Amino acid sequence: MAEEVGRRGDWGEIRFVLLAPEERTASLPADTRRVPLEARLKGFLRTDARVGEQVEIETVLGRRATGTLTGLFPPPGHTFGRPVPELLSVGRELRALLASSAIDDA
Amino acid sequence: MPDRSYAAVMARRSAIIEQATGVQYELFERGGLAFDYESVMASVGLALEEVAAIQRDVSVGETPLLELGNLTRLARELAPPGKGARIVVKDEAANPSGSFKARRAALAVHRAKSLGYEGVVAATSGNYGAAVASQAAMRGLPCIVLQEVYDSSGRGQPEILEKGRACEAYGAEVWQLTVGPELFYALLLVLEETGYFSASLYTPYAVAGIETLGWELGRQVRERYGRAPDAVVVTHAGGGNVTGTARGLLAAGCAETQIVGASVDLRGLHMASDRDFNRKSFTTGHTGFGVPFLANPDRVDVPRNAARPLRYLDRYVTVTQGEVFYVTEALAQLEGLERGPAGNTSLAAAFALAQELDRDAVLAVQETEYTGAGKHPNAQLTFARELGIEVRRGHPRESVPGRVIAIPRSPDELAAEEWDLGAIKRSFLRGALGERLPSTLSDEELEFLAAETKSTVETVERWLGEDGRSPLPPGTGRQPATA
Repeated sequence: MAEEVGRRGDWGEIRFVLLAPEERTASLPADTRRVPLEARLKGFLRTDARVGEQVEIETVLGRRATGTLTGLFPPPGHTFGRPVPELLSVGRELRALLASSAIDDA
Repeated sequence: MPDRSYAAVMARRSAIIEQATGVQYELFERGGLAFDYESVMASVGLALEEVAAIQRDVSVGETPLLELGNLTRLARELAPPGKGARIVVKDEAANPSGSFKARRAALAVHRAKSLGYEGVVAATSGNYGAAVASQAAMRGLPCIVLQEVYDSSGRGQPEILEKGRACEAYGAEVWQLTVGPELFYALLLVLEETGYFSASLYTPYAVAGIETLGWELGRQVRERYGRAPDAVVVTHAGGGNVTGTARGLLAAGCAETQIVGASVDLRGLHMASDRDFNRKSFTTGHTGFGVPFLANPDRVDVPRNAARPLRYLDRYVTVTQGEVFYVTEALAQLEGLERGPAGNTSLAAAFALAQELDRDAVLAVQETEYTGAGKHPNAQLTFARELGIEVRRGHPRESVPGRVIAIPRSPDELAAEEWDLGAIKRSFLRGALGERLPSTLSDEELEFLAAETKSTVETVERWLGEDGRSPLPPGTGRQPATA
């Protein structure tokens, strides 16, 4: 777990509202229209801050933005997933088909 | 400080885009519906060889052509006697950022640099973001990428999270947005704030960059097999891939090559829905982009889209998510190539289409893309299961986007569903005409519409007539266009 208290200069992610629900475009399905358009952006904290507090960051390009601190040194959340049973047997099945094939190489 | 409200920013869009692309689109308007498409493309001001040279400078292009011997044998095993084309693939994953998008980005970033822009911006949730970030890193330009990543509960689509990670790895500032078409609004805000170049996917540079792909492919197939590719299958989303590849093939003298667009079938899922957003396992190359971009290409972030796939497509087919995952597994296990999956949409279709073609034919799949965490079939299927989507072995016809992913039980279940391209072209014509009556179309407009739909003036007139509008009386309806 990352520290909950960020120091000036730490790498963190902020979250801020770009458009409140009532400011959004009219041509949206109902579920999207109910929620704000939000953005997340990472950068170096300009001041000490706790997760959940407002903080200004400086991005890798040196630009500044302010928002709610969502996390410090956030790891990428995505993975290779779990092995999927429905795919695990595919390779063996296909190799067996090829092994019994009468087709010659062109 | 300018008004940052949605309405105010959107009202400034034309000025912002013109400033950010350096293209004066109104120069190409020809009155009424028509514009001069070839002049838009010619505004790039570079011959194909020069485009290739710019790409060579940044190690983009000249990717290998790989023959998929085992998949070809498997297709022949299933095909009628004498059928089963040789399947080859252009290994575009060999480009610096791992996809063909490096070709588009190379041109866009080169353009930004030569026009003196101080940075580049791209609004994309796809491989193009990493491509622009990678090219910007090579040319020493700051880069900002905006993506649509999260639903309102803060759950990120794994494939897009991976693309965002890659952008950050190349030194870009990455804006990760929640679901909504107002990504374009955010793009305009950032462009206005920075004065950076808009590396839109739909500018003539971004399309010209792909022409080298078709050109290399035509040459490589001819050199190796002594014939032009009989058909090329292209994963279709925004239209640039089809357009650029087809133009490059034409430049390589492959006028007879059939161009087949292929998308993943996601019918039923709403692309702007906060709920549906994470219920799709493919974030590009699908019908949610593919179909609207065919029927209405200009609904993009530039006034005239340089990607105009209906001008080039001979066939349009769809495959299911499960079929693409299956063929991705087959590509890894039988050919030793771990790629995709999204870029393998065209491969899934090609495996089925090869069985229609003669054995001596060459069927080319024109791209691969890198795989990775988030992208990998296991990552997507694990995520789908977490959202309650059923994953099972089953016939592709049992698939229901957002509810059931059916992994084929055997390779003979793979099929490419044929779409009625004529119906799509008629839908395009209805959209292009809007409130205009066919009888008010000028000769120039009719010729434009014929070129836009890869058809003839006579066919356009017949389609317009059949669609319930007043048919054109012979020899009339040829008035000058009004703007």
